[in-house]
Amino acid sequence: MAVVFIAVPVTLLLAAGFVIAFVLCARRGQFDDLETPAVRMLFDDDEPPRTTGEQ
Amino acid sequence: MARDRSATISCTHCDLPVPKGLVREDTEEQFCCGACDLAYRTIHASGLDKYYELARAMRGDTERPAAGTGKAYGELDDPVFEELYVQQEPDGTCQTELVVDGMHCAACVWLLERAPSVVDGLVDARVNYGRSRLALRWDPEATQLSAIARSVDSLGYALRPARGSSGRESKRREHRRMLIRVGVAGALAGNVMLASVSLYAGAFSGMEAEFEAMFRWLSMGLALLSLFWPGSVFLQGAMTALRLRVPHTDVPVALGLMIGAAAGLYHTILGHGDIYADSLAMLIFLLLVGRWVQMVQQNSASNAVELFSGITPSTAQLLRDGELVDVPVEALRIGDIVEVGVGAVVPADGAVTSGRSSINASLLTGESRPESVGEGDELDAGVLNLTSPLRMMVSRTGAETRIGRLLEMLERASETRAPFVRLADRIAGRFVIVVLILATLTLLGWLLIEPSKAIDATTALLIVTCPCALALATPLCVAAAIGSASKRGMFIKGGDTLEALARTQKIVLDKTGTITEGDSRVVHWEGDADVKRLAAAVEQNHEHPVARAILETSAGPPVAHDVEASPGKGVRGRVDGQSIIVGSARYVLEEIEVGDPPDWVSASIAEALEQALTPVLVAVNGAVRAVAHVGDAIRPEAPAVIERLHRHGRSVMLLSGDRQEIADAVSRAVGIDDARGEATPEDKAAIIDAMQRDTHVAMVGDGVNDALALGKATVGVAVHGGAEASLAAADVFLSRPGLLPLEHLVEGARRTFRGIRITLGFSLLYNVTCGSVAIAGLMSPLLAAVLMPCSSITVILLARFLRTFDGPEG
Repeated sequence: MAVVFIAVPVTLLLAAGFVIAFVLCARRGQFDDLETPAVRMLFDDDEPPRTTGEQ
Repeated sequence: MARDRSATISCTHCDLPVPKGLVREDTEEQFCCGACDLAYRTIHASGLDKYYELARAMRGDTERPAAGTGKAYGELDDPVFEELYVQQEPDGTCQTELVVDGMHCAACVWLLERAPSVVDGLVDARVNYGRSRLALRWDPEATQLSAIARSVDSLGYALRPARGSSGRESKRREHRRMLIRVGVAGALAGNVMLASVSLYAGAFSGMEAEFEAMFRWLSMGLALLSLFWPGSVFLQGAMTALRLRVPHTDVPVALGLMIGAAAGLYHTILGHGDIYADSLAMLIFLLLVGRWVQMVQQNSASNAVELFSGITPSTAQLLRDGELVDVPVEALRIGDIVEVGVGAVVPADGAVTSGRSSINASLLTGESRPESVGEGDELDAGVLNLTSPLRMMVSRTGAETRIGRLLEMLERASETRAPFVRLADRIAGRFVIVVLILATLTLLGWLLIEPSKAIDATTALLIVTCPCALALATPLCVAAAIGSASKRGMFIKGGDTLEALARTQKIVLDKTGTITEGDSRVVHWEGDADVKRLAAAVEQNHEHPVARAILETSAGPPVAHDVEASPGKGVRGRVDGQSIIVGSARYVLEEIEVGDPPDWVSASIAEALEQALTPVLVAVNGAVRAVAHVGDAIRPEAPAVIERLHRHGRSVMLLSGDRQEIADAVSRAVGIDDARGEATPEDKAAIIDAMQRDTHVAMVGDGVNDALALGKATVGVAVHGGAEASLAAADVFLSRPGLLPLEHLVEGARRTFRGIRITLGFSLLYNVTCGSVAIAGLMSPLLAAVLMPCSSITVILLARFLRTFDGPEG
């Protein structure tokens, strides 16, 4: 059972990694707008049609 | 399908305006593009036409379909605008944010974000759908902002500058910080729970001492981390409340947390006894979730208000070197000559230099009848120009104008508003004192009787009476209620407002736009219905409000000849060989040379005057054939709503800037006993102030003239179509027209607080029972730690099923 003394710190490190990732995401504003991305994923990534201004 | 063809023709499928070249004469269906045509035919062929009904019902009548304005947007290139709103990026591009009107689906987002492929020099366009914002980044060498704006406008989306962007940045950062706290507290609580599960399992099936010690230290360490990182908001809040000597729910919460942590740490070091780590971490997480929910609701309410603002003009047409140029109002200087178009709002105070027109000052004064103005007359900023273009010389701008001074007074008024002490804060203040005294007595008592039990009994008492219900249930109930209200078009700025609304005894209503519809129309038509189209025919090309009201009564009137208008009296003309005269009673009777009108005409005139409406006579071939009652119609639901408000024990008063006899007539018609007319904005504020001394007052209004009173009242409610200043002053904004939302608002607030009182009563009962058991020394701290979350869960469930606001959703 002594493996617990290694396993627990490892899990804590993993958890800390996820917390750090979350904090960085939040600081960079990834959770600021939760509505637009939800509709943006509906668009295809095709080259948008160029209606005017063809150079 | 009945389509409104009077203005621009809109697409049958998407409601966007149809470009002129694509309008087809021969059919009812019109499309703005081939894709819409195809989509419509597919839907139609599948028998799914109900989609259009639903789409229209969802949008409501109030929301206009997207429509470009065709404006030149010259003001966006003005140096003053650039200085205020445009940021220079290091790579030489410029960036700004504009408000987009008429964005309502994913397709709009797609279209707007594809704008860079249409406009040369536009580098990037990003939409924030929830806030209706468009962030633009462009190359100033290649294009101008006005050119970009014109292109976006031609796609069907009107743009306007987003004002007050500085406050939003700090709000956004605060929002992020709160989200981080919630996330971190959640992660810590989860990990503490995992460790606790091992400990509880170990307690039942046996566990070696070194593992137990490790898990205890681990749980305690994580719980302390949670307390001092995300939980520090409560500690700081409590410190501030103590310094300012105001009772606040943060104080008992912080105290409970600190005592729990201290006892837990003591037991951890001791190596036996309960450590409360799981309760601590879970409590911090749940409390933070409550706070966060509250914050998101408040933000969405203020965003909605931001969206509806922008009624006062942000641009003006300035005469510069003999040419009219668009400039932002901030660029106007004293002595400038400005042109005010028909239907435009006067941008600054000044005097008319040329032109004659009638103006509507109802936003400023509440007077619903138009006034006519000519050369030399003074104009106030915020007044609406109705009939023909005017030129004026600016004498005061911005904060110096009458409206600007009103806004300034308003700001001072809201600062000096009597503080509103929340129910939860009041109870929490007393509660924490009582608990502390009881805890001290318990400790002393047990020390005298049996010292070994003293610590356990005191800790159990403190934990089981942890004011969760106060700190969590009230915010959750309030947040749920505010969320439910905003789905129904009622935007409430905060929990204090909701509670104040629940306790309001007196409701003061403005007249124009609140009890009445705020617009002139034909309320009653006495006489032949056929005459309507004849009257409409001669009124066709007139901008007078009476003319427009009569014109609305019939679609497609015949053509009139020899039309001749006598300003301020009436119009005459010929239709199909018949001579038609429309106008005031005196003018029409004089023109047809009849001394005494027939009895039904005099009766009808008297009836109109009784209801504060303007009688308009229509004569055909020298005989009076119809009487139209024109005026600002009372909303049909008003009498019933006011009756119900009275029945619920609230007194209703009418307070108007309009003439006293109109105020009296309207209040008689809707069943209000107390009516005050001819009140200036300052009078209104003073009247509200005087009433505030005895009771909580809710003021309901829409105009700038109400703004000061809205700011003074315990609760200011701005109604649909209100002016920007009234939105800024109000605590509640109703986005749906009519008085029914007001009733839903007041009743919903009352129901919410009745529910909260029940919840609080329940938790108080619980605390008294369990507290007594704990004082008696019959409860172990472990049992207390198990019971505490049970009470929280019950309270949260009660809050969840609380019935709050009525009215249709969506």
